[in-house]
Amino acid sequence: MKRLLLGLVGAAVLSLAAAPQAEAQQPKRGGHFNFAISAETPQYDPHGSDTYATLHFSSPFYSTLLRYNLSKFPEIEGDLAKSWTVSPDKLTYTFTLHDGVKFHDGTPFTSEDIKATYDRLRNPAQGVVSNRRATFADIASIETPNPTTVVFKLSKANSSMLDHFASPWNTVYSAKDLASDPNFPRTKVNGTGPFTFVEHVKGSHVAGKRNDSYFKKGLPYLDSYRGIFTLQAAAMLNALQGGQVLAEFRGVSPADRDRMVAAMGDKLRVEESSWTLNLLVLFNTEKPPFNDVRVRKALLMAIDRWGGSQGLSKISTLRAVGGVVRPGSPLATPEAELVKLPGFSKDIKAARAEARKLLKEAGQEKLKFVLWNRNLAMPYTPAGIFLVDQWRQIGVEVEHKQSDTGPYIAAMRSGNYEVAIDFSNLFNDDPTLSLTKYLSASKNPLNLARYDDAEIDKLYELQLRETDLQKRRAHIMALEKRLFDQAYQQPLLWWHRIVLSHKTVMGWKMSPSHNLGQDLAEVWLNQ
Amino acid sequence: MANAPQVISANSFVLPKRPNPVLSFVRQQPMGAVSFIVIAIMMFAGLFPQLVAPYDPLSINFSSILAAPSWDHWLGTDAFGRDILSRIIYGSRTALVIGFASSLMGSTIGAVLGIASAYFGGRVDNWIQRFVDILLAFPIIVLALVVVAALRKTVVYGVDVNLVIAIAIPIVPRVARVVRAAALSVNVMPYIDAARAAGYSDMRIIFRHMAPNVVAPFLIMFTAFIAQAILLEASLSFLGLGVTEPTAAWGLMLSGNAADFFREAPWMIIFPGVAISLAVFAFNLFGDSLRDYLDPRFKT
Repeated sequence: MKRLLLGLVGAAVLSLAAAPQAEAQQPKRGGHFNFAISAETPQYDPHGSDTYATLHFSSPFYSTLLRYNLSKFPEIEGDLAKSWTVSPDKLTYTFTLHDGVKFHDGTPFTSEDIKATYDRLRNPAQGVVSNRRATFADIASIETPNPTTVVFKLSKANSSMLDHFASPWNTVYSAKDLASDPNFPRTKVNGTGPFTFVEHVKGSHVAGKRNDSYFKKGLPYLDSYRGIFTLQAAAMLNALQGGQVLAEFRGVSPADRDRMVAAMGDKLRVEESSWTLNLLVLFNTEKPPFNDVRVRKALLMAIDRWGGSQGLSKISTLRAVGGVVRPGSPLATPEAELVKLPGFSKDIKAARAEARKLLKEAGQEKLKFVLWNRNLAMPYTPAGIFLVDQWRQIGVEVEHKQSDTGPYIAAMRSGNYEVAIDFSNLFNDDPTLSLTKYLSASKNPLNLARYDDAEIDKLYELQLRETDLQKRRAHIMALEKRLFDQAYQQPLLWWHRIVLSHKTVMGWKMSPSHNLGQDLAEVWLNQ
Repeated sequence: MANAPQVISANSFVLPKRPNPVLSFVRQQPMGAVSFIVIAIMMFAGLFPQLVAPYDPLSINFSSILAAPSWDHWLGTDAFGRDILSRIIYGSRTALVIGFASSLMGSTIGAVLGIASAYFGGRVDNWIQRFVDILLAFPIIVLALVVVAALRKTVVYGVDVNLVIAIAIPIVPRVARVVRAAALSVNVMPYIDAARAAGYSDMRIIFRHMAPNVVAPFLIMFTAFIAQAILLEASLSFLGLGVTEPTAAWGLMLSGNAADFFREAPWMIIFPGVAISLAVFAFNLFGDSLRDYLDPRFKT
């Protein structure tokens, strides 16, 4: 009896203590939210983009067919799809869509819009860029039996297909807009997302206001928001400290985190995660002398990734050494295997001696070139400084050229570069997603190294169709070996994500990808 | 006898000994001499940094990240473990090359415009001066920012030519205005009238007769603007529009990781800041001293 009494009192105390907290967690409607975006997108269309700058700009205006449930990542849930079924042979995906959804211009949303969007993604018209073209190559047809049903029929079973449908890059556009201009979404905004577009002031901000017709009842919570472009990290941190912005969702460096914690104390929320993002060393394989595998391989072998990882992790967001799949994820190459691949040796002296030998054989002992990089302080600048230092150690002279995202992407796409620091911006650990970047250039606009390699394409296909995990891992490792032996492009280091926000910002969910969960629908302010 | 004219022998007339100009400058302008020594040291460091710098300025050493000043690293190290003293020494080359080149380019173009404006007068003078007015309406840093953003980067022999042009352009109107004022007083001299009467060409009169007489203000402006150019280069690099990492440059040393770690490692910003201040102070002081020494109006 005494125990029961104590138990009841304890339960009462706990419930009393929990009550205000539960009340505090009740979302509040209204308010204006300012957040920082540390790069400005050169255009608005996520289909043709790989930079988070486009997603942080555009996501609040759009919906996707499926999406990740960030509370249970990597579980997938519906967005415009109310439900879906997959046939036993995994060749037919049938989606039932939400009814009564409207685009911001008032046009009703139907299955025709899904068809137009996915036709654009898998088979873009002349002059339209779709970076997701290769991931939807297995779609044989898209049928729309009625306005709320869409059926995707595949030519081959694809174990990554649901992940592709949940990609945040596949923003759904109006068929009417695409019919009027296939490039409509590059410069104009008309989605079904929780916020409607208000303005984009170049060099300053993007603004949105609540979409009162949003199909998810009760959402969004905020009245309006403004994404402020803060290209300088110091400016962003000062704005965060001063309350001009309440969050930055991409990530900051360890030094910035420490500084902000010291300055803001318990007003600041710090969330950390490993990151599905890496920087790559990229060679333009069409430009001499980088059309010579010996030169490319020598440059990769000169990089001390293991030493660099230890040093750079103290001053930047770069941390883990890994191959083409995120280190630590189920299909990643184990370290014992990784160190056998070119560019990952722990005996850096021997690797550099070999690198010098290769350069001599190629007649490139006094190699000079320009290294293209983005002018984002974190972690592009530290990576550039590191690479210049590493290559100087084998007698190579490098000019480090940093530019804005727009000219940088234009140079990469047009092949107007020699060597570059590229990025692989993933949103999950599915190997198909990360390997797509390495497919032949003729099949894949994401391949900026501009090579065609039938063996890589074959291994990609084998891993894509393989259902046995061990066999799939073997195919992935074979692809990785081929890629690194040919030294077309190679991950430099993987990132570590640190997100800072004011504690008044509620409802936003941390994930291993800064591309996910940026529609702001569930964000609210506890003020 | 007492009224007899005094005969002075030609042999007894002794011309006063002309003082050594360097010694005279040192005696009259001791602060100028000191600033010249500072400039000379900087120039030596900039010309032969490999003889002076204890470390490679670009060499990363992750085992000594953010090391405080010590016997191994007199001015400490930065976030990449690079020796700050060595980067300051190599940075003096960047500062001086861009400072000298920009100031020379801006001052020369400004001087030519100023003399032409004074010599031709009338409509030419009016057009040049309105152009100068337009350029003067922009603050130096804003004008340089616009030019550097518009021109992008073009590296020739390790020097960003467009950065030099961007820094030179704001110097042009300032020198043109001062040189025009000096040239106007030269333009009314009889020897210019004589040259015109003799039928000399305009170019000959400008370059042979007028230009040598405005050398003093030109030199003064040139040295003073070296300091301005160094400061401007540092500002543009700080703003990410000048030279890029990992080049050793003073302004650049104040940005990037220095901003991230200035609390833990204040030496990352203090010493490059001191180097910039010292260089600017030395060039300004030397320019002032040169003006006081060369311009007869300042002689007492």
